[in-house]
Amino acid sequence: MPKKLVIPIGPQHPALKEPASFDVTLQGEKVENILVKLGYNHRGIEKACESKPYLHDLYLIERVCGICSHSHATCFLQAVEEIAGLNVPMRAKYIRSIIGEMERIHSHLLWLGVAAHEIGFDTLLMYTWRDREVIMDLLAILTGNRVNYAVNILGGVRKDISDEEKGQILKAMDILEERTKYYAHVATEEITIKKRLSKVGYLSPDDAVKMGAVGPTGRASKITRDIRAEEKYAAYGEVDFKVISDDNCDVYGRALVRVGELMQSYSIIRQLIKKLPDTPLKVPAPLKIPAGEAVSRYEAPRGEDVHYVRANGTDKPERVKLRAPTLANVQSVATMLQKGYLADVTIVIAAIDPCFSCTDRMIVAVNGKSEMTWKQLRQHSIDWYKKNRGVDFTKIKLGIRS
Amino acid sequence: MILSLLQILIFPGFLFLFILALSAEYIDRKLYARMQTRVGPPWFQPFADFIKLLSKELIIPELADRFIFKILPLVACAAAATAFLFIPVYNPQSLFTFKGNIVAVVYILTIPTLTYFLGGWYSRSLYSLIGSMRVLTQLFSYEVPLLMAVLAPGVLASSWTFSAVINFYGANGFLFLVNIIAFAVAIIAVQGKLEKVPFDIPEAETEIVAGTFTEYTGPLYAYFKLAMNIQAISVAALLAAVFMPFGYNLGFFLGIIIFLLKILFIIAVLTVVRTIFARIRMDQMVRFCWKYLTPMALLQILINIIIKAAVTQ
Repeated sequence: MPKKLVIPIGPQHPALKEPASFDVTLQGEKVENILVKLGYNHRGIEKACESKPYLHDLYLIERVCGICSHSHATCFLQAVEEIAGLNVPMRAKYIRSIIGEMERIHSHLLWLGVAAHEIGFDTLLMYTWRDREVIMDLLAILTGNRVNYAVNILGGVRKDISDEEKGQILKAMDILEERTKYYAHVATEEITIKKRLSKVGYLSPDDAVKMGAVGPTGRASKITRDIRAEEKYAAYGEVDFKVISDDNCDVYGRALVRVGELMQSYSIIRQLIKKLPDTPLKVPAPLKIPAGEAVSRYEAPRGEDVHYVRANGTDKPERVKLRAPTLANVQSVATMLQKGYLADVTIVIAAIDPCFSCTDRMIVAVNGKSEMTWKQLRQHSIDWYKKNRGVDFTKIKLGIRS
Repeated sequence: MILSLLQILIFPGFLFLFILALSAEYIDRKLYARMQTRVGPPWFQPFADFIKLLSKELIIPELADRFIFKILPLVACAAAATAFLFIPVYNPQSLFTFKGNIVAVVYILTIPTLTYFLGGWYSRSLYSLIGSMRVLTQLFSYEVPLLMAVLAPGVLASSWTFSAVINFYGANGFLFLVNIIAFAVAIIAVQGKLEKVPFDIPEAETEIVAGTFTEYTGPLYAYFKLAMNIQAISVAALLAAVFMPFGYNLGFFLGIIIFLLKILFIIAVLTVVRTIFARIRMDQMVRFCWKYLTPMALLQILINIIIKAAVTQ
């Protein structure tokens, strides 16, 4: 019986770009157990939001994540705008969606590169990151920034898309679509990629539901749920797109889902550009937001992003709570790695596209009775959606939709 | 005496080998970068890296065995360089020659790999430990097909001595093309010996930091890197002598140029292989080596035996 080794992956490790810790118990090269530890990068961002006016919060929220900055900002704004009763003009919603999809493209291309690097395929990393420059440059042209676009303001957006820029966007989409087709070809044909990715990090649909996996991680396990399709926020109600899912349930499936979503994003952007309505860019917004509370959901590149805002009539929110998609996904890593190999640990962690700095929150657990039972909470959310969004969730059973 | 000392130290010995090894690293890195649409390093980068590493602070882990920890990189360098002295460069005779020196070279080339294992083992770090276990596991997988592939041409030439193999194929025109299967097997197996993608499992950066070399810093790491580069040249020279046995009787200058071209070709092929693949897993590597590489090498030996029987009858 060989001795068991506990290998620390993180908090500082070449495979992890952000601090998180995974204690991997090994038996030979096989993983016996894995312990996930978060909380190395708690920044107190929620508390900071509560001590600053809404206008400043927008800057803070945009910096929750370096990759999905627009997602968090839009998600937060949707909640605030709902409380304030602002009717965001259609053109602003379109522009938000366009920037949001571009963000998805650059995030997924980044992921492809990172995943390739984790399995030692640096050539693919260099290729995808070179192509990612196309979309980064485009974002810089459209918003002035490569990462924190700051295109959102309360009640609309701050910058328009001109006709000349429309042409540039369409041209970039053509280039990227061609490149993505090539990557899809590489991912499906290259033998070492397939060997390293398929049947690695298996997450059965049942486990995905149990662990609460969201976004591409969930969709690769047959859970065809996408907030863009369900809630139709921003301008997603006006475009046609498919929710990509896969039945491989492994890392390979997650890669295919992301490549498929890239193709969908190109088509969504093309449709949005074509239909861009002619309305004002913003409506005037008050500095003081009336009392009220709202929950907003947004399909970030990594999955469902949830923001909760409670206003008390002043210019500062009373409570801001955000849940980044990584928090929903990170629990499933331990399940995925059962009976895996040490060599698979980092690619499986990378496959959920983790963003630990966005995830880290401090929670004070208070022992006591909860005010609502799970059933009541569920019923409440169903009623709320019926009333406010006109979406009927009663037919959805808790479980897997195929 | 003085002449052989000069030969050992300058040409075709250590100095020549040192320059050749670092140039090969440059070519490898530049080609790798160009194939990845990057610019790549300037020509003096490997030399600069070497000098910079020599000037860095040397940190030895507290738990490590100081003597062995320090001596291993030098042993690796010496072994890799010694192997080169037995391989012919511009004439069929190598610097020191004896019967069956192909076998000797293959075994001397195993010593650096063993020092990587010991280096990791004596570092007493978790990552090094796993890295060194992987070095050994990998050694047992690629060494058998590599040895069989390298010896296959000798089966046809009825000798495992470089000069005899080279002279035999030199007299028989394009007969060396028969060994193409063994050449392919050797190129793939060598990728494991040099710990490059797809077999860079022992130092997989994203899994176990730097594998066996995790605890090595400064000058000691520089020597290990140098050993790796010299090993690459020695292996390339070995493959050149065994699988491309032509151009050895053309005098000094032409001989050297042809030798360098052959080395360049083999280094380029190795670089292309490492560019187009992802790293595979240890179990997949072992399976691949025993399931595909070894039977292929066996097939080559079988072909050579059949040809030999047909020719002698």
